[in-house]
Amino acid sequence: MAIRGVLRIGEVALRVLDMAAARRHYADYIGLIEVPVADTAQVYFKAWDEHDHHSLVLREAASPGLDYFAFKVFDDATLNQLTQRVEEAGLTVEHLPAGTYPHSGRRVQFELPGGHLMQLYAEKERTGNTLPTRNPGVLPDEGVVRGMRVSRLDHVLLAGPRLAESTQFFTEVLDFDLGEELIDNDSGMQLATFLCCSNKPHDIAFVLRNEPGGFHHVSFHLDSVADVYHAGDIMGKHNISVEVGPTRHGITRGATIYFYDPSGNRNEVFSGGYIHYPDLLPLTWDTTQLGHAAFAIDNQPRPSFFNVVT
Amino acid sequence: MRFEVLMADTAERFLCEPHQSVLDSMERLNRQDIPVGCRGGGCGVCKVQITHGEYLRRRMSRAHISAADEVAGIGLACCVIPLTNLTLSVVVGPNVPPPQLGAREHS
Repeated sequence: MAIRGVLRIGEVALRVLDMAAARRHYADYIGLIEVPVADTAQVYFKAWDEHDHHSLVLREAASPGLDYFAFKVFDDATLNQLTQRVEEAGLTVEHLPAGTYPHSGRRVQFELPGGHLMQLYAEKERTGNTLPTRNPGVLPDEGVVRGMRVSRLDHVLLAGPRLAESTQFFTEVLDFDLGEELIDNDSGMQLATFLCCSNKPHDIAFVLRNEPGGFHHVSFHLDSVADVYHAGDIMGKHNISVEVGPTRHGITRGATIYFYDPSGNRNEVFSGGYIHYPDLLPLTWDTTQLGHAAFAIDNQPRPSFFNVVT
Repeated sequence: MRFEVLMADTAERFLCEPHQSVLDSMERLNRQDIPVGCRGGGCGVCKVQITHGEYLRRRMSRAHISAADEVAGIGLACCVIPLTNLTLSVVVGPNVPPPQLGAREHS
């Protein structure tokens, strides 16, 4: 199926403890581009190869974590259809008119079973990636691609209870595919699920946790594994808190480094992984291979993968 | 100047470098006295009870350290910077990994 429903993760809104430190981290080190927005306490960023106005929103607050995340859908008619399906699934839908969020069309917002606020939208101001659409060339001007050279948001991983319900919501209501899952070997219970709305090995993932609304990480895409090492060099140079990597995930086969922003929100740089198609069978990993599923080079699970969230 | 941290539960001691957090100094010594999480005051994994000594605090998540906790000497070791020798102990919070995970890795 050509991608005509839910397209991609288009916006992640995070709370940070210290905006000056967060700006340094996300703009100077990761290399996101700060986008000026008038009359707001929030700070807006985009990655260079994203075409819409912004994709990351930061707000200074007393505790870090996720305010909301948003997926872009194909068009307004798709938004109507999906809104109806979300309502039919029994979720309470809040309608947010155009302009509620800067440079954005109308959105719908609802709470997932695991306690996370999710939005869908079809319109956001298109500002481009600095290259023209006619004879675009391939290389932006010097300074556009900088820092860790991230090109776009890739996915988020969220932690919370009622994992099976969240997974079912994405597969049955939003037409995502279950790409991979991690299950407990004894009980068969799902511990983590990885869901696709595109050709990527995941567009969103969930991990089981008792406390609702947990934020595990936001991932930024890199073009190559060499860029993952370059990103690691920047982390080392600036003493950024690194959890693990560079390594490769068994699940998704992506090359990765997990690291933290100055407020403890986990970030990832991610490259590679296989191409997903909707006719593929879901891949199942069980806890006898937990280490290999998580980090496929040293096969060591990290306790912090399960106990560090914001 | 460097200050000494005494772990009350184990009687282990280590030195903190000037202007560095307790957790930072511990990691630089390749020690494992306190669990390490995000190192940014966000996740609550390195929670400690400080029973003796003076220190500066960096901003910590209110989701893990309340105002009352701060008054009671509870803090996150990644955000605690000693001004004198400190005595502290690890607070085992809700952020412990599910024990069944990883235990079967080599079975």
